[in-house]
Order: sequence, then structure tokens, then C-alpha cells
Amino acid sequence: MSFINYSSREINCKIVYYGPGLCGKTTNLQYIYAKTNPEAKGKMISLATETERTLFFDFLPLSLGEIRGFKTRFHLYTVPGQVFYDASRKLILKGVDGVVFVADSQIERMEANLESMENLRVNLAEQGYDLNKIPYVVQYNKRDLPNAASIEELHRLINPGNVPEFQSIASTGWGVFDTLKAIAKLVLQELKKGR
Amino acid sequence: MVTPQFVMYEEEYQRIAAVCERLCRDANANVVFLVDKNGQLLASAGQTDNLDTTSLASLTAGNIAATGGLAKLIGEKEFSILFHEGERDNLHISIVGGRVILVVIFDSRSSLGLVRLRVKRASGELEAILEALTQKIQDPAAGSPFAEITDEDIDNLFND
Repeated sequence: MSFINYSSREINCKIVYYGPGLCGKTTNLQYIYAKTNPEAKGKMISLATETERTLFFDFLPLSLGEIRGFKTRFHLYTVPGQVFYDASRKLILKGVDGVVFVADSQIERMEANLESMENLRVNLAEQGYDLNKIPYVVQYNKRDLPNAASIEELHRLINPGNVPEFQSIASTGWGVFDTLKAIAKLVLQELKKGR
Repeated sequence: MVTPQFVMYEEEYQRIAAVCERLCRDANANVVFLVDKNGQLLASAGQTDNLDTTSLASLTAGNIAATGGLAKLIGEKEFSILFHEGERDNLHISIVGGRVILVVIFDSRSSLGLVRLRVKRASGELEAILEALTQKIQDPAAGSPFAEITDEDIDNLFND
């Protein structure tokens, strides 16, 4: 649910990075945080365990510039990927405007990808959202690993709906901003359509 | 979309800000802020200069969401008031009208009793303003300022 503030002339949108455990959601945000001008970003918050696994969420506020006199601000969130944190994932999806699904390209993680995607679909439906209708992009992460599945196979399994898809190596930043731009664009286009 | 966009107009913002200012004064608080349940900051009052209000807003919403989840697990609808006591500063968090979160930060110059009392009064006023705001948003004549943006406007945002 976007928030239009006429008083401060701001438009706020919420983007959630979703995906299986250790697929690189937090790494995406860390790269964005590291590469953004200080004036365009707020503090990045990570609620993580001692072993740096996301416990509740990561949060990064980002300004992208002005449209028609309104500042566009995006709030980026990640969910905890581990299966047993499902209650937390549901909470974070509340009021979401756009979703990035980060898939782990490794063949061994394919089942985890599919399980997480199904979980996303179910959790969105619980909030009354339809994954086929909201702004949604897919990122195939860890393309540098030797055991990465082919793009054709990933596409067939993870992106049957043919939404915009991106390859990435989040640890080096390759593909991270392409993914962000794509989802931000889709969210703004949705906004344009109005309520 | 399931929930309509949340819109804040200048007039309602001024009224909400005035209520927050007064609450801050009357309760002898350091800071008062109002956040929607999705973590967007709606208004703030008091000594906010050295405070990361965006992060505060997001974490407050996360906190309310988590305790709301706990409430449901034990058969409660929600916990409408949360209180966090620190060594120096304390946080009083309450849900207003079921949809926004009012946060008061105070120290030993105030007391929990005083804060609770003042929050109760301010909540009633805020609820009335939010109700009026909801009516206004639902008015079909309201229109969105973004209905007229072009794909070019959006593309320009990413030309760097």
C-alpha cells in the first residue's frame, strides 16, 4: 500500500525481497546500501541472529528522485528465508507494493526455491494479494557458482508467468541495481494506474 | 490492490501535527510520533533532530506486527498498548483506531501514568481526524496525482 503525503510531497512505497534461506536477499540490500549516495539513503537496519542470519527483517529506506514534484521514497525489506520463520514473513508482506523473488541458482537449491515461491504465493493470498497481479520480478542469483543451473531451466521452473527476470551475483553487485530499477518502475507504473 | 492507497493531505497533516505537539507538551514527553501499521511515518513532534525517525517508524511497525502475531496465537485480537522501560528513556506505544501507531518517548521528567492519561485524550482526537481522512480518500473525486505521470517521467527517474 503506497502512501502519498501531500504535506511533505512524498510518495512512499514498500518493496519486499523474498526467497529461500541464504539466497542473497540481505546481500542485495547490503550492496544497494554500500553503493548509494549518503543523501539518498537512510540507515540500514538488520534484525539478525549472532550468525548473521536474518531473524525478522532488514530494512533500507531509499530516495530515488522526484516525479512531478513528489519525492519518491522506497522502503526495501527482506524476509527471513529459513522455513521456520514463516510467521515473521507473513507480517513483513503486509502493505507490500512490489516483490523481488531472489532465487538461488544452485541446482541443489531448486527445491528450496520452489518451496519458497509457493510460500510467497500462499502468504500473499492470505493478505488478499495475487502474485500474478502485483508488481513482481525474479532474480537468479549466484550466477558465478559452478553448480548453477542454466537460465532456461530456472526460467522454466521459477518464472512460468514470464515476469521480468535478471541474473545476478549479489556479492559483487552485478545485476542488483537492474533488479531494483525494474521493480521500482513496475511499482510506479502500478501507482499510475491508480486505485 | 486490496487496501487503497494511504493519502495524507495538508489540512489533516496540520491537525495531526498539532495534536502530536500538544501531547508532547502535556505529557512532558521528549518525542511523539505517529506511524501507520506499514511503517510509514505520518507525523512527529518534540526533539526529533538527533533521531532516525524513519528507522524508528519501521521498527515500531515491526514491533506492533510481531506482538499482534503473538496476540493472535493466544486468542487475543491485538495488544493495544506496549510499554518499554529503559534506564533513561521509556517508550509508550499504542494503537489508535486500529490502524495507526502512536509512540511517546519520555524520561523521568514524566511518568507512565501521565503519559497514559494524555495519550488517551489525544487518541480520541487522532481517531476523529483519521476517520475524516478516510472519508476524503474514499471520495471518488479525490483522484491520484499520479494518474497523469507518463512512462517518460518514470524513465527519467532512472537516468543516471
